[in-house]
Amino acid sequence: MAILLDGDTKVLVQGITGKEGAFHTLRNRSYGTNVVAGVTPGKGGQDVEGIPVFDSVKEAADATGAEASLTFVPARFAADAILEAADAGLGLIVCITEGIPVLDMARVYNYLRGKDHVLVGPNCPGLISPGKANLGIIPFEICAEGNVGLVSRSGTLTYQIVNELTQRGIGQSTCVGIGGDPIIGTGFVDVLARFQEDPETEAIVLIGEIGGSDEETAAEFISRNVTKPVVAYVAGFTAPPGKRMGHAGAIITGSKGTARAKAEAFEAVGVRVGKNPTEVAELVQATVS
Amino acid sequence: MDLFEYQGKELFERYDIPLIEREVVSSASEARAAAEKLGPVAVKVQVQIGGRGKGGGIVLAKTPDEAGQAAKRMFDEGFKDMPVTRVLLEKLVDIEHELYMAITLDRTEKRYVAMTSSEGGIDIEEVADTKPEAIRKAAIDPLLGLKHFHVNRLVGGFPQQAREGAAELLANLYNLLVATDATLVEVNPLAILAGGRVVPLDAKVTIDDNALFRHPDLAEYQKEFTLDPTEARAKEKGLQYVKLEGEVGIIGNGAGLVMSTLDVVAQAGGSAANFLDVGGGASADLMATSLEVILSDPAVRSVLVNIFGGITRCDLVAQGILEALERIEATVPIVVRLDGTNAEEGRKILADAGHARIVPAATMLEAAKKAVDLGKGA
Repeated sequence: MAILLDGDTKVLVQGITGKEGAFHTLRNRSYGTNVVAGVTPGKGGQDVEGIPVFDSVKEAADATGAEASLTFVPARFAADAILEAADAGLGLIVCITEGIPVLDMARVYNYLRGKDHVLVGPNCPGLISPGKANLGIIPFEICAEGNVGLVSRSGTLTYQIVNELTQRGIGQSTCVGIGGDPIIGTGFVDVLARFQEDPETEAIVLIGEIGGSDEETAAEFISRNVTKPVVAYVAGFTAPPGKRMGHAGAIITGSKGTARAKAEAFEAVGVRVGKNPTEVAELVQATVS
Repeated sequence: MDLFEYQGKELFERYDIPLIEREVVSSASEARAAAEKLGPVAVKVQVQIGGRGKGGGIVLAKTPDEAGQAAKRMFDEGFKDMPVTRVLLEKLVDIEHELYMAITLDRTEKRYVAMTSSEGGIDIEEVADTKPEAIRKAAIDPLLGLKHFHVNRLVGGFPQQAREGAAELLANLYNLLVATDATLVEVNPLAILAGGRVVPLDAKVTIDDNALFRHPDLAEYQKEFTLDPTEARAKEKGLQYVKLEGEVGIIGNGAGLVMSTLDVVAQAGGSAANFLDVGGGASADLMATSLEVILSDPAVRSVLVNIFGGITRCDLVAQGILEALERIEATVPIVVRLDGTNAEEGRKILADAGHARIVPAATMLEAAKKAVDLGKGA
C-alpha cells in the first residue's frame, strides 16, 4: 500500500536532461520507480538512457500515460512547470526545486486549491515508499521497507532520523519531505490523513521546525483525527528570535512559531516529542515493539 | 530582505504613495544642512530592526543644530550594537490621529492578508489584545487581486475624512507589493494630518530574496546593508551563515540538520557560535571556505562538522576539510561526523591524513559531546 506512490505509479521527470534531473532519474529508476518519460522543452525526440524525452508534459502524458511528475526545473521557471503538469492532468506533482519566488507559489497554490492534484514541495527532497519506488532525492540506501510513516519539513534532518530508524530495524511505509518553504502544496495535515487511512502504516513520525504554525495545526488535527501513535521532533530550540536560519519558512516571530511552543502543542495532545533525532528513534522503537 | 525605511519610502514614491518632505543623509553636517531647508524635523536612525521609538532612535529637532547633534550621536554610537550609516530627516507635521495599515503574504492562509487598524502608532499586537474591534482583516487571493469590496471593508473603520485617501493608498501599496515581490509592506503609523491628508510616517518593506533575480534595481539596495564582517564574507561565498553567541563553531548540510545540531550542542552543555549551512551538493572548495569562515571567528573554541550526505558526498567534504587545513592553521579541535553518501570513503580520507586537530565521531550525539568537551578544555 504505502501512500501517494508505489512501484506501478507511472512517472515523468520535468527537467530530465539537466545534471541533477538525469542523475536522480536514473537512480530512481534503478530503485524500481516506473519512470516512463522525461520533459525538456526543445529536446523532444532525444532519450536519457532509454527514457524518451518530450517537449511538453501534455505530449509526454498522452504518449506514455504518466500519472505523476517529478520536477527539477530551475527556480525561475518552476512555477510554470508545476502548472503545466497540472494542466496536463497529472495527479501527483513533486517539485524538488529550491528558491522559487513565494509569490509564484502563492499563485500556484491558489490555482490548485480545490482541484484534485497533489503537489508535494517545492524545496523538498520528495517522497519514497521503501521497497517500491522513490520520487525525489532521498538516499534510498538508508531506507527500509516497513510500517512507520514519516513526514518532514526538512531534508537532511529527515535522512538522519530515517537512518536512525533503519539502524534499529524499523522500516518505513512512506517518507514524505513536504519542504521548508513558506508556501508548500502538501502540508502535515494532508499527509497525516493519508497515513491514518493507510493500512500498512502503524505509527507516524512528524519532523517539524521553527517558524509558522503548521506544527500547531498538525497537533490539533492529530487530537481529532489520528488514532495511530505519533512521535514528533522539532528542530530549532536554540535558534535566537528573529534570526533567519536558512529555510525561508523557518523564521521566528515573537513567541508563536518557537520550537518550545510547537513541542508543547504536541505534548498537550499526547504526542511524544523526542529531544534529539536519536531519542525520536528510541521512542518509535518503544512504540512499535 | 528587510529594506531600510528610506529605501521603502523610495519605493512608496515610485508607486504614487504620498510622503512628507524628507532627506536621507550620511553625516552630521549633511543632517544640519538638510534641517536648514526642512525646518523642524524628526531625525530617524536607519536600521533593519524595530524598537526605534522606544530606544532613542527617533529624535525631534527644532533647530538645525539639534538635528546635527542628534545625527552625530546616531552615527557615532550606532543603534543597539548596529553600525549606522544613514539617517533620515523628515519635516515635522501636525498629526490628528494615527492609523495602521499592512499587507503581508500569509503562510497559513497562503494568500495575501491586508490588515488595518483605526488605532496605530503603537505595537499592533497590543491593539489586537486590548482593542480587537479596531482591527480589520481581509484575505486576498493573489489570482484575484485587491478588489473594491476588500478596500471598502478595510478602510471602513477609519474616520470619514481619511477614507478616500486611505483607500487610494491601500490600492497603491498592493500594487507595490505585487510588482516588487514584497512579502510585507507595513505602515505604522499611517497619519491623518490636520486637514485630513493621509500619509505614511514609517515604511517597513520586506522583499522576497528568491525573487531578486527579476528585480536587479532592488538587489542594489543590499549594498547599503551593514553586516557582521564574518557574515559578509560567508554571504559573498553563498553560504547561509548566522553569527550566534556561543563557542562551538558549527558546519552542517541542510537547515533542519544544522538547527538540530545547534540543539544537540546545547543539550551537551555547550552553545553554538554560529549557524552555517553549506547547502546541498557542497563541493570540497565550499567546505574549505566554510571552515575558514568558522575558524576566523575568535569566539570559536572547537568546531563541529556534522554532515549527512544525500546529494552531498562525504569524500568531497573530507577533501575540503583537508584543503582548508592546508590554507589556514587550525588552533582548535575539529570534530567531524560523516554519514550517508560515501561516508566510509570520507572517514578513510581523514583517517589517512592523520591531522592532529581532526577528531572523528561516529554519531551526531557523540560528535556534539566531544566538540563541547574539547572546547572547554581548549
